[in-house]
Amino acid sequence: MRVALFVTCVNDALYPATGVAVVRLLERLGVEVDFPAAQSCCGQPQYNTGYRRESEPLLLRTADAFAGYDHVVTPSGSCAAMIREHYPRIGRKAAEEGRGTLWEERARELVPRVYELTEFLVDVLGVTDVGAYFPHAVTYHPSCHGLRALGLGERPRRLLAAVRGLELIELPGAEECCGFGGTFALKNPDVSTAMGTDKLRNALGTGARFLCGADNSCLTHLDGLLRRAGTPLRTLHLAEILASTEEEPAR
Amino acid sequence: MTAVHLGMPAFPASPAFPAFPDAAREAVRDDVLRANLRHATHTIRDKRARAVGELADWDRLRAAGKAVKDHTLAHLDRYLLMLEASVTAAGGTVHWAADADEANRIVTDLVLATGEREVVKVKSMATQEIGLNEALEAAGIAAYETDLAELIVQLGHDRPSHILVPAIHRNRAEIREIFTREMGSWGRPAPADLDDSPAALAEAARLHLREKFLRAKVAVSGANFMVAETGTMVVLESEGNGRMCLTLPETLISVVGIEKVVPTFRDLEVFLQTLPRSSTAERMNPYTTMWTGPGPSKGADGDGPSAFHLVLLDNGRTDTLADATGRQALRCIRCSACLNVCPVYERAGGHAYGSVYPGPIGAILSPQLRGTGSPIDATLPYASTLCGACYEVCPVAIDIPEVLLHLRERVAQGGPVTRRGIRVRLRPAHGHTAERAAMRAARRLLDHPGALRAGERLLARARRLAPRGLPGPGRAWTDTRALPAIPAESFRDWWARERGSTRERGTSPRGRGTPR
Repeated sequence: MRVALFVTCVNDALYPATGVAVVRLLERLGVEVDFPAAQSCCGQPQYNTGYRRESEPLLLRTADAFAGYDHVVTPSGSCAAMIREHYPRIGRKAAEEGRGTLWEERARELVPRVYELTEFLVDVLGVTDVGAYFPHAVTYHPSCHGLRALGLGERPRRLLAAVRGLELIELPGAEECCGFGGTFALKNPDVSTAMGTDKLRNALGTGARFLCGADNSCLTHLDGLLRRAGTPLRTLHLAEILASTEEEPAR
Repeated sequence: MTAVHLGMPAFPASPAFPAFPDAAREAVRDDVLRANLRHATHTIRDKRARAVGELADWDRLRAAGKAVKDHTLAHLDRYLLMLEASVTAAGGTVHWAADADEANRIVTDLVLATGEREVVKVKSMATQEIGLNEALEAAGIAAYETDLAELIVQLGHDRPSHILVPAIHRNRAEIREIFTREMGSWGRPAPADLDDSPAALAEAARLHLREKFLRAKVAVSGANFMVAETGTMVVLESEGNGRMCLTLPETLISVVGIEKVVPTFRDLEVFLQTLPRSSTAERMNPYTTMWTGPGPSKGADGDGPSAFHLVLLDNGRTDTLADATGRQALRCIRCSACLNVCPVYERAGGHAYGSVYPGPIGAILSPQLRGTGSPIDATLPYASTLCGACYEVCPVAIDIPEVLLHLRERVAQGGPVTRRGIRVRLRPAHGHTAERAAMRAARRLLDHPGALRAGERLLARARRLAPRGLPGPGRAWTDTRALPAIPAESFRDWWARERGSTRERGTSPRGRGTPR
């Protein structure tokens, strides 16, 4: 099975370890991974801030970069949701504006082949025990786009629960937004910080050593708050936990 | 007589009203407010989830509510004319108001014509939207709010902060203090030994209001629904104060937004299930009052008002209707479920939204009804993380995040809108020039992976020089949050080094130089 990794721009530039973990994990499961170098950003920052037209070239770039692959896998619920939910809308709007059906067609080709990592593992590969080992107490924050836009449901928690040595502790108020929201964190810093602080209070209360998520953008915000506060709690992307084995532990 | 100071912004929003981030900053720092809001919203959201969970066909009710509203909005002209004919046939009088000024003038003239100088009011968002109390006051007419929460807001010279619980930002101790201090100057004073138990506070309000109900000759109401085929008006409430207003006075004036019409009596079946469960988490609200015209008695036996006036309010609604994406906001049945689940509302409080419509629905309704010209209306579409919780609970399936994105585009890029029935093209809102330049620069960089890679390498080389805080707009991040550490190598470079062109497919070279 030949799979293209959509690593996302945030992971590429700031969290390469997440991309490396996805590669290790998928290869361990017998999947042939490719990284089409023509890929870039999905256009979410532009689109979510009100610059729809600025996201159109990135839609085309993303669709072109992944043409010809059966499956496109990404370790970001938010970027997967951008493609699945918003690419068709961007295409429809362009057509409504009389600028042709190019964007619509590209979106239609791409969308059914895009999977968030946990969806790919559970739905396509049919695994919940990926053979990982991570002997720590972990609490899981489901990011809003994975939770609501993609409907990931129990997939991430089932994968985590099957990790050997891992103690999964429920996060109170798990389904509440962490306050990142892309440019929301910059445009409304006070509310964003208040939301993140409440999320971390709940996470610290679990006594877990790791706060796990499946979106590095949410984790950037939470980790930034944690490190300013100087707490022992660490954030970690789900992929890194799933990639972790006794021979090659995550940390 | 103490004046009524609801302090609602004039229409459109006053330019003096602060932008959302600035208004929210104050609320976030108010610990009492945050605790009050957190307690109230979490209690009601959990109860709502249970009440909704009881119905096996919730999804179908939700779809039915959406379908009824969409059908009505698509034929709004026809149903409004049908409604006018039905109300008139039942002995009522219908007035059409294009905007706030016209509506206020109509109501003021109607009240003055009765010779009265006092009116009682049953909670109506439409009259708050148009600032009716202030307009009446200017004409020498005193308006008394009779919904308990509205009474608290009015006595406190305050503004409502929630659709259903306008005084949600107040706790019992604050309410006791307001009653003790203010009631005497409005009418019957609060008992000298008033404590802050709910029963004592409710009894003080009951005695105070009873005096008003028995004296008032004119009442002003809103309506939750208007039935086109029968001309029936419907008000749902919990306290019974509304029913007092709707039945005791001689003249009843209802001010209702045109989007509140439904085609048939049968259509109410859906909403009488979804509205109470979504708003108060009740299977059925305690008081549902329906009336058709002044009633068969026409007041002859003193039962019910002898005159009924319906003021149909547009005030930006037909302009909103002209927008294919934004018009879904007009499906709103004002249940407030979106407020109670919104993490931004919970921290920012209702006042930060600068309107009688706060929370997620307010963030899409106000900039459509009022336009995006003022600082508050230009920032409301950004007052959301797009977490989607509001869409999930909406009983008429308004895709609030979709409309927020649509309005963000309008603010950032400009675009076509309808204003007073005329199609115009909006220019981008002020203050977005730098942002637009940054978005374009980012797009150019991101659309050239070679340049992106070079940029990442430059960043990696300078990583030791990375500042702890950022200047300019980045300060908003680093004031409270540390920046992520810049890795020594991007994923792109790791891949080229490890799995580049020489890579043998299917082998897994482990443990070699994985970046951390």
